[in-house]
Amino acid sequence: MSTDAILVFEQCLNGLQFGLMLFLLAAGLTLVFGIMDMINLAHGSLYMIGAYLAATLVPATGSFWLGVGLAAGGTAVIGMLLEVSVLRTLYQRDHLSQVLATFALLLIANELVRIIFGDQALLLNAPDSLSGPIELLPGFTYPAYRLVIIAVGLVVAIALYALVAHTRVGMLVRAGASNREMALAMGVNVKRLFTAVFGVGAALCALAGAMLGPLLAVQVGMGESILILAFVVIVIGGIGSIRGALLGALLVGIVDTAGRTLLPMSLRALMPPAIASNLGPALASILIYVLMVAVLFWRPQGLFPARG
Amino acid sequence: MVRAFAAVLAFTALIGQAQAVDKIKIGFLSTLSGPSAAIAIDIRDGFNTFVQLNGGKLGGIPIEMIYGDDQQNPDTGKQLAEKLLKRDRVDFITGIVFSNVMMAVAPSVFESQTFLISANSGPTAFAGEGCSPWFFGVSWQNDGVHEAAGKYVNDKGFKNVVLVAPNYPAGKDALTGFKRFYKGNVIEEIYPKLAQLDFSAEIAQIRAAKPDALYIFLPGGMGVNFIKQYVAAGLNKQMVLVGPGFSADEDLIKAVGEPMVGMFNTSQWAHDLDNAANKRFVAEFQKQYQRLPTLYASQGYDAAQLLDSAIRDVKGKIEDKDALRKTLQAANFKSVRGDFKFNVNHFPIQSYYLREVVKEPAGRITNKLIGPVLVAQGDAYASACKMK
Repeated sequence: MSTDAILVFEQCLNGLQFGLMLFLLAAGLTLVFGIMDMINLAHGSLYMIGAYLAATLVPATGSFWLGVGLAAGGTAVIGMLLEVSVLRTLYQRDHLSQVLATFALLLIANELVRIIFGDQALLLNAPDSLSGPIELLPGFTYPAYRLVIIAVGLVVAIALYALVAHTRVGMLVRAGASNREMALAMGVNVKRLFTAVFGVGAALCALAGAMLGPLLAVQVGMGESILILAFVVIVIGGIGSIRGALLGALLVGIVDTAGRTLLPMSLRALMPPAIASNLGPALASILIYVLMVAVLFWRPQGLFPARG
Repeated sequence: MVRAFAAVLAFTALIGQAQAVDKIKIGFLSTLSGPSAAIAIDIRDGFNTFVQLNGGKLGGIPIEMIYGDDQQNPDTGKQLAEKLLKRDRVDFITGIVFSNVMMAVAPSVFESQTFLISANSGPTAFAGEGCSPWFFGVSWQNDGVHEAAGKYVNDKGFKNVVLVAPNYPAGKDALTGFKRFYKGNVIEEIYPKLAQLDFSAEIAQIRAAKPDALYIFLPGGMGVNFIKQYVAAGLNKQMVLVGPGFSADEDLIKAVGEPMVGMFNTSQWAHDLDNAANKRFVAEFQKQYQRLPTLYASQGYDAAQLLDSAIRDVKGKIEDKDALRKTLQAANFKSVRGDFKFNVNHFPIQSYYLREVVKEPAGRITNKLIGPVLVAQGDAYASACKMK
């Protein structure tokens, strides 16, 4: 395989890996937004809490997967408690109050984590057996851990799709997303459904935080930057739609990854290197927002809107 | 009679102008949280190592440290600087790690006529025409360590290199410095975002470029993640990795471990540099903090030494700013890096060394001094500085 083909192939894998992790975040966010009509800025905090729990529980249990599993479970419990105690009271309020209240939660979560775990970033390492490269093609090695992330992301995406599209619970969720009032009128136990959806969303967040921990850093504020991307994803995909979240996440993942390399490279072919090296990184970082604007312009309701 | 009275008045006024102060306030504004906090913590601990040795005094006067965390955010840094200058009325500001924070903070510090002692960041903007009488860079001008690395990579005969540095002032300075001494072919210059932590796209690009050597300037948490991901992708078997000391010091070695062994890097200091001041510093730092110091800690220690010597030589009369500037410029102390003096632009003239990360027989992984690369080197911008 030629060098260029390997570069494109590797970037597709990287984009897939990043996109699938974004999907884990966006899935919970889009359901909460779609079903409960609730803007939850504290969604990123659950991602952070999941990563911190994993960074604590992995060394404590001595097993990476047990630690990650417990972190996801623990975050689901925290998420459901949050829903029952605070967020439930916000459903009837307008979006501005929801944004203000969940922004407050976000700040509280950041400070609590700072108090408990300290200012410095925690270190979470991938299991030793996965920390090396795997030879995918002759002469092309790829990090084993990133392959595992892709596998986990795909499994979760399929499981979530099966859950939402082919089970009774999933039917209720879809009903809630497409027409909340009608679902209520048909006697769906919305309270319990909302709590369950929130718990699943929190667990997915935590899974993303824990899986990305070894690639990024487990630190206060890690949720905010990725939350913005998750919002971009659900706007592109269409609010309330799992399928839209998956497609939007993959699109954002691939555009972001490809843009970071291909854009500076093609700019260099067109203009002097000094200008290209200034312009390239700047343009690459706004590329996904350009994508979002384009989608909003031609399909304001997103690519796969849940509501007809 | 009137004349005598006037003379007495004039005399007391003269005394009143410059009196020794009884306490000195030092604003330590730095990136004390986040993935790159280890840098700030080492500068702080290096600074405090000297203060402790001196019984809590600098130049014989007790000091009070006031800390501020800029969170690697220029806006936060600027606000904290305003607070330190206006509310706390500090006498000096030091501790700033990142050049983008430095660029945001410096104007208000200069305007308030307070001395800004940099124990790390040394932006090009303050080295040439924009040099300031209120700035002293006790660490290096941003290009320096990278110039040494460029010379080493050039001398070793590597024909094709890829360069990686963050997209911020010091990143651009770094690669400019490297290229000033490297005459081979630069295939690619990659500028990831500052504080980026996932380098999958950049690693794919480096793999495709197939260089002989890869030069990375990625300080703090960026470097930790990059080297781990570079090894996980199997690239370490395909090219030689070289960095400035910032990409290969104790903070990274502790986090990355074994894969660092064999990495060549350049620095103005090494923990095994053979001089009395350095031996005292390394031993004392290890005693106080139970770890080896990094180059950042050595810079913090030297910043404290500089203040100590300057305050002592003006006999504590730090209100006389012109006299204080002269004693700062004199740099009348024994630097832990050996020969050290200030250039006309208040940046150092110093030597740069090659170090290699080795695994010692006892199992400890650390840097070993190989030898000097550049001796008594000033920076390329000093001639443009009009300051006397």
